[in-house]
Amino acid sequence: MSDIADRVKKIVVEHLSVEEEKVTENASFIDDLGADSLDTVELVMAFEEEFGIEIPDDAAETIQSFGDAVSFIQKNV
Amino acid sequence: MFDLTGKSALITGASGGIGGAIATALHEAGATVGLSGTREAPLQELAETLGERAHVLPCNLSDAQAVDALPKQAAEAMGSVDILINNAGITADNIFMRMSDDEWDRVINVNLTSSMRLCRAVIRPMMKARWGRIVNVTSVVGVTGNGGQVNYAASKAGMIGMTKSIAQEVASRGITANCIAPGFITTAMTDKLNDKQKDGIMGAIPAGRMGTGEEIASAALYLSSAESGYVTGQTLHVNGGMAMI
Repeated sequence: MSDIADRVKKIVVEHLSVEEEKVTENASFIDDLGADSLDTVELVMAFEEEFGIEIPDDAAETIQSFGDAVSFIQKNV
Repeated sequence: MFDLTGKSALITGASGGIGGAIATALHEAGATVGLSGTREAPLQELAETLGERAHVLPCNLSDAQAVDALPKQAAEAMGSVDILINNAGITADNIFMRMSDDEWDRVINVNLTSSMRLCRAVIRPMMKARWGRIVNVTSVVGVTGNGGQVNYAASKAGMIGMTKSIAQEVASRGITANCIAPGFITTAMTDKLNDKQKDGIMGAIPAGRMGTGEEIASAALYLSSAESGYVTGQTLHVNGGMAMI
């Protein structure tokens, strides 16, 4: 697994207090990992901070799952 | 109680009677204050009176870009914005039939839309900090209505609905959002009333007098404090009993 995916996973595990095994490629933050809409905003804020990038709101809306987050960050970091 | 040491507060309309009193009360409680308003001279004067921990941040609230820039300027000057007091407000009274689009737009824009923009900008850092206080100064007429003030009353009622909704969204993050609804307060705005108008008003106030800016400031201090952490989405009426809601 790439370094980016590891870092994203760490943020998700810490922020949503979920077990690492549950954070799979297709795991949806809201449907599978118990996030509410505020959590998803906070996750995006945490990704921005961790990777020093800016994620605009329209892009943030497309980041629904762990896999979405990793691929977005890989493309934009 | 009500110690704001280490907290930073941004106050709009700080050049006015109520805003100045709120800034003074929060500053006395130990907060660093960002004084915003359209007129720079009275803000400078207030900052000089307060001394340390006071920053002047002029802003024209009818300019959307300036409004969006204000929270950033405040955070740069003070380190953060932990407390936001949306106090600025304007009136453009007219009987409804004669009310122009411009009178409507100006009042909604400054009183409601600029408050929304400032709330939106400060929420993100407040969420990160897991602490924040938003205090929106509305008006008794936002709840009771008032002939001749359709635009003003609508803007103030809008603030109440907005504040309640923000409060619901962010309550789990340690952020509270509340309104203060002043009744008749002695300010430059009410000084303009003639004696007959004043007599009429007094008759409607059980306390038999107008309120003071300091009495609004005490409410703002409470709603800005750690002690009010379980109070959110509320409207605190400070009106000498003229409307018991």
